[in-house]
Amino acid sequence: MDPLDPPSIPAPIAQAQGLVKRYDGRTVVDHIDLTVQPGECFGLLGPNGAGKTTTLRMLLGLTPPDEGALSVLGEPIPERAREARRRLGIVPQFDTLDPDFTVRENLHTYADYFGLKGRARRQRVEDLLRFASLESRRDAPISALSGGMKRRLTLARALINQPELVVLDEPTTGLDPQARHHIWQCLRGLLKSGTALILTTHYMEEAERLCDRLAIIDRGRVVAQDSPQSLIRTHIEPHVLELDGPTAMAWLDAQTGDLPARLWRMGDLALLYTLQAAPLTAALEQAGIRYLHRPANLEDVFMKLTGHELRD
Amino acid sequence: MSAFPLPRLSLRFIPVWRRNLRVWRKIMVPSIMGNFGEPVLYLLAFGYGFGRLVGDLGELPYMVFLASGIVCSSAMYTASFEGMYSAYTRMSEQKTWDGMLGAPLNLDDIVLGEIIWAATKALFSAGAILVVAAVLGLISDLRALLALPVILLAGFCFGACAMIVTAVSRSYDFFLYYFTLAVTPMLLLSGVFFPLEQLPTAVAALAWALPLVHVVEIVRPLMTGAWPSQVPLHLSVILVYGLVGLTVATALLRRRLMR
Repeated sequence: MDPLDPPSIPAPIAQAQGLVKRYDGRTVVDHIDLTVQPGECFGLLGPNGAGKTTTLRMLLGLTPPDEGALSVLGEPIPERAREARRRLGIVPQFDTLDPDFTVRENLHTYADYFGLKGRARRQRVEDLLRFASLESRRDAPISALSGGMKRRLTLARALINQPELVVLDEPTTGLDPQARHHIWQCLRGLLKSGTALILTTHYMEEAERLCDRLAIIDRGRVVAQDSPQSLIRTHIEPHVLELDGPTAMAWLDAQTGDLPARLWRMGDLALLYTLQAAPLTAALEQAGIRYLHRPANLEDVFMKLTGHELRD
Repeated sequence: MSAFPLPRLSLRFIPVWRRNLRVWRKIMVPSIMGNFGEPVLYLLAFGYGFGRLVGDLGELPYMVFLASGIVCSSAMYTASFEGMYSAYTRMSEQKTWDGMLGAPLNLDDIVLGEIIWAATKALFSAGAILVVAAVLGLISDLRALLALPVILLAGFCFGACAMIVTAVSRSYDFFLYYFTLAVTPMLLLSGVFFPLEQLPTAVAALAWALPLVHVVEIVRPLMTGAWPSQVPLHLSVILVYGLVGLTVATALLRRRLMR
């Protein structure tokens, strides 16, 4: 190989440039740029109403953007959305399983939408029943499934065409911890097999565990885009001290002069973000105040970048 | 993008149609019993009860006249119900369409599939009445079989019109308006229960502007052993209603769902 050749950069699996969507004069997505590489897990993190779902819908060709350029799996969107959807899988925020069918019939019918036929279809349906651990419930109606089972079936359904990319809108919202861990396990398996994932979530833990890179979106704009570790490194002090209760608040109020920390306080709860924890912990120990010392995490970054006030 | 783009027709509607057929097959026995039971009741109650009073209409015994009318009205009712209540349920309540849109199906495929499914159900129910009519000796000859493709086209027409109503509907209640203001008047004015000549000229003129009368004008002769006249005209009216319905419904549903 000619050493002067530039290293070959793989084409991005999804790319958005200057994406804009307005509803009735309100800008919901405001010039968003995103690049998702093959095989990576890319997260869209943001408060409710930040524009995550609208962005996903545009990526899938289900909502036409007002401005901007969009390509998914090399296909221009929305012009060739059908061709792109042939090669990707979708896990919507709310289940769209077919209540007129059993578990197996749901997969069978969905395979038909993709043009799968005969033995190939039967084989794929069997594989996915096993993947979703729903073999024993194959003939159960959808109404008889638990929330976790429905989510697993929805995920299995999204894999019917062996997609190169799976798009998930809040895949674990409303699930109990066991079901959530099971979904994460499935998603990690997909990543291992080279499938790229784009997911929206407002669970920081989910984003931190799964995503290689993520974009924090607020009011329709990307406010930061990087790996979870880099986001924590660049946007927030490494140490966090959590204080709560009236005694601690009284101690805080009594502090004259500048604290060697950035303070955020709401009611009886206070968070101290600091570069060096030792001076503060020493002072707290001396005053006999209970505190929790922990490393900064993605949630701290998220709250710093999107603000602490309530959304909705 | 223009405000009323034409629907993009594709054979991808087939999996949508097949999905509905698969659901229908699960409840096939009660469906078929309903298809047979209701028209038999109508024919017996109206035909024997009412027919005694009416006697013959020209050359035709009232039962024979009525049977061909009920074949047509049943096609209208079945397709309208399917295009409204059932399609709306799949669109709005069950989110079946949303699931389909996650596959390589477009909204245009779904709308076309739903309308052709409504036409298929119209064919099932009208076909069942044809069988009943044949058993009761109300059909003259094999020409009656030619009514079936006409019924299918009529089902497409009424299914497409119903889909427009579905596209603008915010709840099930809205469908009642369409039944009260369109379907029922059409039923009463289109020569299903009595000949059109009984109506005042102005009312008859209105009836001729609606599709059902044109269905009756083709189907009735075919079931009573005659050849219908002005077939191209009648077929064109039915077809135009169907195609305009498909186009408008697709445009409205795109605006509703793909925003």
